[in-house]
Amino acid sequence: MKRSNKRIIPGFGLSMGVTLAILGVIVLIPLASLVIFTAQMSLSDIIKTITRDRVLASFEVSFLTALIASLINAVMGVVLAWVLVRYDFPFKRLLDGMIELPFALPTAVAGIALTSLTADTGIIGSIFARFGIKIAYTRIGITVALVFIGIPFVVRAVQPVLEKLDPSLEEAAATMGASRRRTFWKVIFPEIMPAVFTGFGLAFGRCLGEYGSVVFIAGNQPFETEITPLIIMSELQEYDYASATAIALVMLAASFIILFLVNLIQIRNAKILRGGGKSA
Amino acid sequence: MRKESKAVKWLLIGISFFFIFVMLVLPLITVITEALKQGFAVYAEAITDKYTVKAMLLTVEATLAATALNTVFGLFAAWLITKFHFKGKKLLGSLIDLPVTVSPIIAGLIFVLTFGRQSPIYPLLEELDIKIVFAVPGIILATIFVTFPFISRELIPVLEAEGTDEEEAAALMGADGFTIFRKITFPHIKWAFLYGVVLCAARAMGEFGAVSVLSGHLRGKTNTLPLHVEILFNEFKYVPAFAVSSILVMMAIIILVIRSVVEYIGKRESENVH
Amino acid sequence: MKKNFKSYIYRSLIAVSAAAVGLTSFAGCSKAETSSDGASEGSASGGTVTLTNVSYDPTRELYEAYNKVFAEHWKETTGQDIEITQSHGGSGKQALEVANGLEADVVTLALEYDVNAVRDAGLIEDGWVSEFANDSAPYTSTIVFLVRKGNPKNIQDWDDVVKEGVGVITPNPKTSGGARWNYLAAWAYADKLYNGDEAQVKDFIKKLYQNVLVLDSGARGATTTFVENGQGDVLLAWENEAYLSIKDYPDDYEIITPSVSILAQPSVAIVDKVVDKRGTREAATEYLNYLYSDEAQRIAGDNYYRPSNEAILNEYADVFDLDVNLVTIAQFGGWDEAQTKHFADGGVFDEIYEEK
Repeated sequence: MKRSNKRIIPGFGLSMGVTLAILGVIVLIPLASLVIFTAQMSLSDIIKTITRDRVLASFEVSFLTALIASLINAVMGVVLAWVLVRYDFPFKRLLDGMIELPFALPTAVAGIALTSLTADTGIIGSIFARFGIKIAYTRIGITVALVFIGIPFVVRAVQPVLEKLDPSLEEAAATMGASRRRTFWKVIFPEIMPAVFTGFGLAFGRCLGEYGSVVFIAGNQPFETEITPLIIMSELQEYDYASATAIALVMLAASFIILFLVNLIQIRNAKILRGGGKSA
Repeated sequence: MRKESKAVKWLLIGISFFFIFVMLVLPLITVITEALKQGFAVYAEAITDKYTVKAMLLTVEATLAATALNTVFGLFAAWLITKFHFKGKKLLGSLIDLPVTVSPIIAGLIFVLTFGRQSPIYPLLEELDIKIVFAVPGIILATIFVTFPFISRELIPVLEAEGTDEEEAAALMGADGFTIFRKITFPHIKWAFLYGVVLCAARAMGEFGAVSVLSGHLRGKTNTLPLHVEILFNEFKYVPAFAVSSILVMMAIIILVIRSVVEYIGKRESENVH
Repeated sequence: MKKNFKSYIYRSLIAVSAAAVGLTSFAGCSKAETSSDGASEGSASGGTVTLTNVSYDPTRELYEAYNKVFAEHWKETTGQDIEITQSHGGSGKQALEVANGLEADVVTLALEYDVNAVRDAGLIEDGWVSEFANDSAPYTSTIVFLVRKGNPKNIQDWDDVVKEGVGVITPNPKTSGGARWNYLAAWAYADKLYNGDEAQVKDFIKKLYQNVLVLDSGARGATTTFVENGQGDVLLAWENEAYLSIKDYPDDYEIITPSVSILAQPSVAIVDKVVDKRGTREAATEYLNYLYSDEAQRIAGDNYYRPSNEAILNEYADVFDLDVNLVTIAQFGGWDEAQTKHFADGGVFDEIYEEK
């Protein structure tokens, strides 16, 4: 039955053609040149490059901070989307309007501003400094910058889905005596989960590659707070394209795997929703 | 419908405001206060500088171009992914998302490798006297790249949740694809679409890393606003750097206000009908 | 009403798609535009010559002043107008971009090594170093210490910098051209101190970098960390940048010149391939030559670069500490050797961090 709807809705050829053409020119051909460039190195050299202690340490820093930052954003993104869609309160429109601002601010400016706030002389930093916690120039600082960068992703992915959510389902659950919390986890959450994953995946990938804001707040100590994009930058500075592209390729593969998993979950969820949700 | 207690509601609202205040408002306040640190005259001078104005025009151009192309792409791609079943769909979805997660430095680098002097097609480009890298076309390409999935990503979850029943019914009744899209699909996705366009435009404006690799920083020729900020900062012009950043903040606020207004009118009109 | 809104959205959608098509073709046009531009630039017949000077970060004010003076000079001698487009950025990154196709008529970078990278791309001919006087370095600088007012940690020389409890701010030599000068200056001091015993010298350098609190990616970032965010006790900085900080905050900082430092020679060169293609060799040569004129040398001095002209340098004796013992890069066997030994992957700098 599923197979047949390919024929029912028109426009498959056209949309496939346009999508592939633009995707090819903007994404695939340029990325292919990255692979070709890396291929100039022998496999053992590539492995040697990407398993240097310092590079491995930077992978750890980048992945860990990006993961924590996107988890924070996933939770806060759902809360924010929920608040914006379901509640009425003063300054709601203002709050809603601010979500995209992190995108518009050049990342370098964001980094400089966050650093001056969280350094132990800054407004926020001085509060934490009293408890002996340093934010700027530590991994916490990197995480803070990444949270800033990733705010819009989850909110804006979840918001439209929540808006479209059929209230009759919740009402039905409520009339059947389900508690509010149970309704959320059993009825609402499964609906918004694909969107949460999408937002999380994009935020995570974005955080992984972020450079502009992080270099200012990180301190950039090798093995401690040195992120992978910075290593790539220093390879480029030495005109070592091959090493730079090899390390870049690892990051690219990692992002791709994450996104692929996210899409897998999303599509499976959509199927469950379509199969169960509508007809039930 | 709102069954949860008032306490939960206000707690969640409180958390939201606190989070946004600390993570977003404070950094923005820092930008504004730094920009005005040496008084309004310095600020005015910085933002009316001829290079600032040129950078602003280039930023607007690149943002418009990127948003327009990604709009076309986003609509087609979202339609393709949600309305049809075909092999390699997951792969395609992941490939579309990939640009967001590519480090901006790499994003710039790949275009340099593809169109720069190292590239096999460079002699051809030189023959035809076409400049891509370190010129405006390169900046536009990089901007398109970093905002590539923004619109399709907003549309896909909504269309997924929608399913294909209505479109199938319409198609069976003999409607053509364009009509189906206009009459059935688009009304469902218009808010998501709007979010996507806003997100794309905001991100395009602020892009720094990829554009920085591709621009060549030619003053007055290939400098966008974020690059101009970087240059000022590197020249020990702390205050003007923040002043120029505040232009970007204002541009973002203008876009966001426009979005709110359109959204408001739209909601009111659809309410009036009901 | 609803219909109205729908058609409104719909119309705007069509408009946006039309704009997309329009802009794509516009991008095509602008390509053509730049190309025709390029042609008219190349043949200097129009009465206006244009030059592109790709430089590094802290030279903006220097060249802003110099370009005006040079335009007058060029008008006087040839009757032509000249327009100079500046590009500034990290020195290594700028070199990379020129090597990748950024059309620069002249490069004025932070160090010889970066110009060599452009040469290696086949754009600059061998022997460029001797094309202009003084190793093609019309102005020089050196590495000094910027400390907080009153010098609370009493930092007078390099051996004070490596003392325990001193917080040092310097950029990463792997990402910042300027930071390589910092590193080499410290090396030169230790080399003298230990009479060339390399194990002890390395130990000294290791102690230095153990004191580094923040290893920024560029010189400007390091200055921000030290000045705006109040980290560390001493900033290792280019002399001209240190003076800029003093100019902004005269009551907060002072400059200490160590007993031994390095002669930092920012290099200038003509990009042969580009000037031959565009027909701008004559203007480009004069542009760099005129940097050695008395007038230009004073502009350099006013911007806290040390003029290469001895007589003019002495005019600035009250600004610069002229007693400092300056070693040159030649002591390290030239840039290529210094780069391989110290900063390449697996070099001494990596060793310092990896032997933890």
